[in-house]
Amino acid sequence: AFFWLVSLLLASLIWFVSVRLSDREDAKLQYGLLLFGAAVSVLLQEAFRFAYFKLLKKADEGLATISEDGRSPISLRQMAYVSGLSFGIISGIFSVINILADSIGPGIVGIHGDSPYYFITSAFLTMALVLLHTFWGVIFFDACEKRRYWCLGLVVASHLLTSGLTFLNPWYEASLVPIFIITLCTGLWAFVTAGGSFHNVLKCLSCK
Amino acid sequence: MTELSAHLPQFQHGQLTENFPDNHLSNTNDNSERRRHDNSERRRNDNPESETNGQPQNNIQQVVEQDEEEDEELTLKYGAKHVIMLFVPVTLCMVVVVATIKSVSFYTRKDGQLIYTPFTEETETVGQRALNSILNAAIMISVIIVMTILLVVLYKYRCYKVIHGWLIISSLLLLFFFSFIYLGEVFKTYNVAMDYITVALMIWNFGVVGMICIHWKGPLRLQQAYLIMISALMALVFIKYLPEWTAWLILAVISVYDLVAVLCPKGPLRMLVETAQERNETLFPALIYSSTMIWLVNMAEEDPEAQRKTSKNSTYDKQAPTNQTQNEDAEADDGGFSQEWQQQRDNRIGPIESTPESRAAVQALPSNSQTSEDPEERGVKLGLGDFIFYSVLVGKASATASGDWNTTLACFVAILIGLCLTLLLLAIFKKALPALPISITFGLVFYFATDNLVQPFMDQLAFHQFYI
Repeated sequence: AFFWLVSLLLASLIWFVSVRLSDREDAKLQYGLLLFGAAVSVLLQEAFRFAYFKLLKKADEGLATISEDGRSPISLRQMAYVSGLSFGIISGIFSVINILADSIGPGIVGIHGDSPYYFITSAFLTMALVLLHTFWGVIFFDACEKRRYWCLGLVVASHLLTSGLTFLNPWYEASLVPIFIITLCTGLWAFVTAGGSFHNVLKCLSCK
Repeated sequence: MTELSAHLPQFQHGQLTENFPDNHLSNTNDNSERRRHDNSERRRNDNPESETNGQPQNNIQQVVEQDEEEDEELTLKYGAKHVIMLFVPVTLCMVVVVATIKSVSFYTRKDGQLIYTPFTEETETVGQRALNSILNAAIMISVIIVMTILLVVLYKYRCYKVIHGWLIISSLLLLFFFSFIYLGEVFKTYNVAMDYITVALMIWNFGVVGMICIHWKGPLRLQQAYLIMISALMALVFIKYLPEWTAWLILAVISVYDLVAVLCPKGPLRMLVETAQERNETLFPALIYSSTMIWLVNMAEEDPEAQRKTSKNSTYDKQAPTNQTQNEDAEADDGGFSQEWQQQRDNRIGPIESTPESRAAVQALPSNSQTSEDPEERGVKLGLGDFIFYSVLVGKASATASGDWNTTLACFVAILIGLCLTLLLLAIFKKALPALPISITFGLVFYFATDNLVQPFMDQLAFHQFYI
């Protein structure tokens, strides 16, 4: 979570500086800058995820050397899951908590012509994003571990794609549906990466 | 200031006493300041160096050396557990403070300032305001320094009664007066009708149980809960009465002061620590939060045989258990442990002696001779002032930030990560460390950064419903 926050901080810094240096009045430019800021933020998030992976790897080695049986008490998969989850949680919270706080207060949604479904779609999007971060975490760590750089590239690309899709936002069919599809696919991919299989699922469901 | 406390028994003048680390906070006067004094000593294999009689030690030493290697491992393994054990109370304190700030408007209303911060911040120019806040912070810090030095002097000249009286008066004030005000304001916010008699009864019960729990014996959870509550109350007072820029400046300066006072050789807190170590006693038991409460004192009999060891369960405060029944009252983290101890004690030794020496060493942690049970009993202690200042930071962030919840959350995560790092350093260096600097630095950086940089960005993104 801390790492995600730091990446967000840096991204905001970049955006802020770019806004300050640019023309305030030009709406198109501001919009473009926002896009730019979002893209930079996505890239920075992934960079920090990588940095976190490196840090965890080091810590893992340290733990393995001091533990009694030579293996570390936490497996890399668990760490991947936890890191993905925490990235997801903090990103979800940051995206949604002000909206939640406002939703308690008095007001009418969409009175100025925006969509009246703002809250519910925000909720769905946040949920998708949290899940996505978790899945990306698992896939990312696994890809780094096995040095499959094309997997890494795919994760980053899908993150960029998701973020980009949200830019289509009031047109919810175009953004929400693809994002959910992406979430499902990424989920399946992460499940397979973590070693699951149809067989496992069956075993789990029928397990006493 | 935090410390990891775990240590091995040592013999001293034929009596086995424990050294223990503790961090604590002492209340300096009625209206606010808590000074923190650390005493952390991790005497793990100190037997050769300490001023003890050599004779009965040899057996202990062998046990000790063997334990040392296991200790390293256990430290790191259980270090994570202790980090979590500290996260929970710090989080709870912050949650209470933020919840109160958000709901009870009393604490965000400007109703004047404390006498320690005489200069107002409602000035005409920015320069004037900056100057005033710097002066306010300077006055506050000098008050803190003076109080700390006074405390060190009192401690050095063994004026224990004065110190205890001081602590009791300040906890009385906190438990009764401040909680009365707090309760009143909460009732006002939720428009609950209440009569004075009920309130008097509630406050009386709350206060008396609090005094007993904190200064004497009580269930561990209850004591921890009370310590969290008084830290939250204190933090709320600070948030209400300190004007903005002053508050941030004070936070910054106090973390520098903390660093200096604990680590510099001539710092007052370090002198306090060293004096306490020389005298082998604990400092100010009422002002530290501890995560476990097995306080065991190992006391040898007059018989110098190494095999004989007595153990005694004693509780948090300076009570010397004088008979077996009292031992059963002791709080044990691990339930089965005290039974075992008692059986061992019954099997191994004869009469238990309670002497002033044992009473002095009452705040000890279990000896490492019981290595199998050791890991669960090692606790971490954190001074209450640290709780207070963390909560002040998060509370101020939630009260005055434009980014509202984002800023609050960012500060919260920053403080927790700072605490993690501090505990990690503690595990590495094994001596008293100031808990404030790292966390407060992170917290301040994140507050200002989030409020000014992240907030506009997230706002714009949320406005268009973009996600990153």
